[in-house]
Amino acid sequence: MKGYLATVRARFLLLLQYRAAALAGLFTQTFFGLVMVMVYGAFYRSSTAPQPMSYAQMVTYVWLGQSLFQLLPWGVDGEIAALIRGGNVAYELLRPLDLYGYWYARTMAQRTAPTLLRAAPMAAIALLFFGMRPPESLAGAAAFVAALAGALLLTCALNMIMTISMMWTLAGEGVMYFIGVVAMFCSGIILPLPLFPDWAQAALRALPFSAVYDAPFRLYIGMLPPEAVAGVLARQLAWTVALVLFGRFLLARGCRRLVVQGG
Amino acid sequence: MPQILVENLVKTFRVSERRAGAWGALRGLVHRRTREVRALDGISFALEAGELVGYIGPNGAGKSTTVKVLGGILVPEGGRCEIMGRVPWKQRVQHVAHIGVVFGQRTQLWWDLPVIESFELLRDIYRVPADRYAAMKEELTALLELAPLLDVPVRQLSLGQRMRCDLAASLLHAPLILFLDEPTIGLDAISKLAVRDFIKRLNRERGTTVILTTHDMDDIEALCSRVIVINEGRIFSDGTLADLRRAVGSRRRLVIDLEEEGEIADHEATVESREGSRVTLEFDPERVPAAALISRLTARYPVRDLFVENPPIEEIIARLYAEVRA
Repeated sequence: MKGYLATVRARFLLLLQYRAAALAGLFTQTFFGLVMVMVYGAFYRSSTAPQPMSYAQMVTYVWLGQSLFQLLPWGVDGEIAALIRGGNVAYELLRPLDLYGYWYARTMAQRTAPTLLRAAPMAAIALLFFGMRPPESLAGAAAFVAALAGALLLTCALNMIMTISMMWTLAGEGVMYFIGVVAMFCSGIILPLPLFPDWAQAALRALPFSAVYDAPFRLYIGMLPPEAVAGVLARQLAWTVALVLFGRFLLARGCRRLVVQGG
Repeated sequence: MPQILVENLVKTFRVSERRAGAWGALRGLVHRRTREVRALDGISFALEAGELVGYIGPNGAGKSTTVKVLGGILVPEGGRCEIMGRVPWKQRVQHVAHIGVVFGQRTQLWWDLPVIESFELLRDIYRVPADRYAAMKEELTALLELAPLLDVPVRQLSLGQRMRCDLAASLLHAPLILFLDEPTIGLDAISKLAVRDFIKRLNRERGTTVILTTHDMDDIEALCSRVIVINEGRIFSDGTLADLRRAVGSRRRLVIDLEEEGEIADHEATVESREGSRVTLEFDPERVPAAALISRLTARYPVRDLFVENPPIEEIIARLYAEVRA
C-alpha cells in the first residue's frame, strides 16, 4: 500500500503547484457558469409550466458542476500518456507494483489535486455572489460528501479506461475527446439532468456518468432525500467494480501486445 | 542451478507498415500490412551469480528485447526463462523486486522532481526499510559523487549527471542482478570512466550479477570477463574476450620504430602499415612465436623500439559483424 500512497502523494504535491492553471480554470468556470445560469434563467422566465427543479436549485446545480469540473474524466494523465507514447512504460513494469493499482493511484491524484485547488474558491465565489445555495440540510451535506467520494472512485475507473486505450491508439486524443464529450453531456454538467425529458432521463441514469455529478448534486440540492445516499453509493460502487474489472482485462491484453516504443 | 537460465527464447513483433505517400496512407486506413519481425530466435544461455557479462550485437540484434524479456516487461512466445527460480513475466512483481534495470536512453527518474524525491519515491515503491535506504543512499552518493545533484530537478541535469543518478536509482533496493542497457551511450570520456569504475566495484564488492549491453567496446574490454554476441535474434558466440579474439582470427601486431626510415620484410609477417620510421607488422602467433620474430627482426634491422599489440576490440567486432552478415 505504501508504494501506491507515496505515488499519490508525490503526484498530488506536484499538481498543487500548478496555480496558474487553477486561476485560469477559475476564470473559465466563472464565465461558463454565468452564461449557463443566464441561458437557463431566460428559459425559466419565459415558461409558465412548472419545472422539475426550482430556479435556485438549478443555479446551485450549475455552480456545483463548475466547482467540481475537474472531477470528470477529463483527459489522460499527461505523464502516463508520455510514458506509453515514449516507451518509458518499460520502467513502469519494472516496479514491484500492480500496474493497474499504480496507475489508478496516479489518476486519483490527477483528479483530486486540481479539484481541490479549484472547487473551494469557485464554490465560495458562487455562494457569495452568484446565488448558489448551501446544502438543504446537514444530513444532505453529509450525503453529498459521501457521494462525492464514491464519484471519485468511479471517475478514476472511467479515466483508467481512457488511459489504457492509449495502448492501442497511441495518440489517445480520439478516445479522450469522445469520452470527454459523452461524459460532459451525460453527467449533467452542460444541462442539468433533471431538465432533460423523462424518456432521456432513464437512459442517462443508466449510464455511469450521471453517478459522478448528477446524483451527488441532487443530494446537495435536496431533490434526493439524504437517505437515498445508500442507493447512490451502491450504484457508484457497482459501476466502479465493473469498470475496474474491464480496465484490468484491457490492461492485461495491452501488456501482452506491448511493443516498447523506440527499442 | 544457475542464477539466470534462458532456454530457447523466442519473441516476435508485428510491425505495421505504412506505404509511403498520401495514397499509401489512405490504403492503410482500409488494409493494414503487418510484417513479423523475429527479435529473438532461440536464445539460450546460463549465468552464475556474480558474473559480469557483455551482451553485444549490431543494432536490432535483439539485445534490448532480451533485457526486456528477462526484466518481465515482455512476454515471449516460446522458450523458458528462470531467474532466481522465478519466471519473470509470470511472477513479475516478486521478480522485479530483486533486479535493477537501467535503460541508457531513458530515465526512470521523475522528470519534474528533484533527484532526492525520486529516490524517496523508489524507496517507498520498493519498500526499502529506512535504515537500509539511508545507508544505501549514503554509499551511492559517495561513490557516484551525487551530493551536489540531489536537490536538482532531473530535467536540469546533464546526461552524465543523469546517468549517475539513474544508476543509483536502480540500486537503492539492493538488487542481486543489474541489467544495463547501453549505460554509457552519449556520455563524455570522464563520465564513461566514472560509470565503468562504479560497475566494476559493484560487481566485485557486492557480487552483483551484471548484464551489460553496449556498443562501446571499451566498456567490454574494461569490464567483461564473458561476452555473448547476438545477431538477428540468435547467439553467435559465447565465451571469454580472449575466446572471441581467437575465434575471429588470432593475428597480432608488432609495431616497430626503426632508427631511420627503411624497409622491413619477413616471410612470416606481413606489413600492415608504414608511417615514417614506424612500421606495423601482422603475424600469426600460432605459426611464429612473438619472441622468435622479434629476435630475428632485431638482428636484421636497426630497431629502436617495439611492442606487440592485440588488434583493438572494435576491429574484432567489426570483423565479426561482417562475418555474421555474410
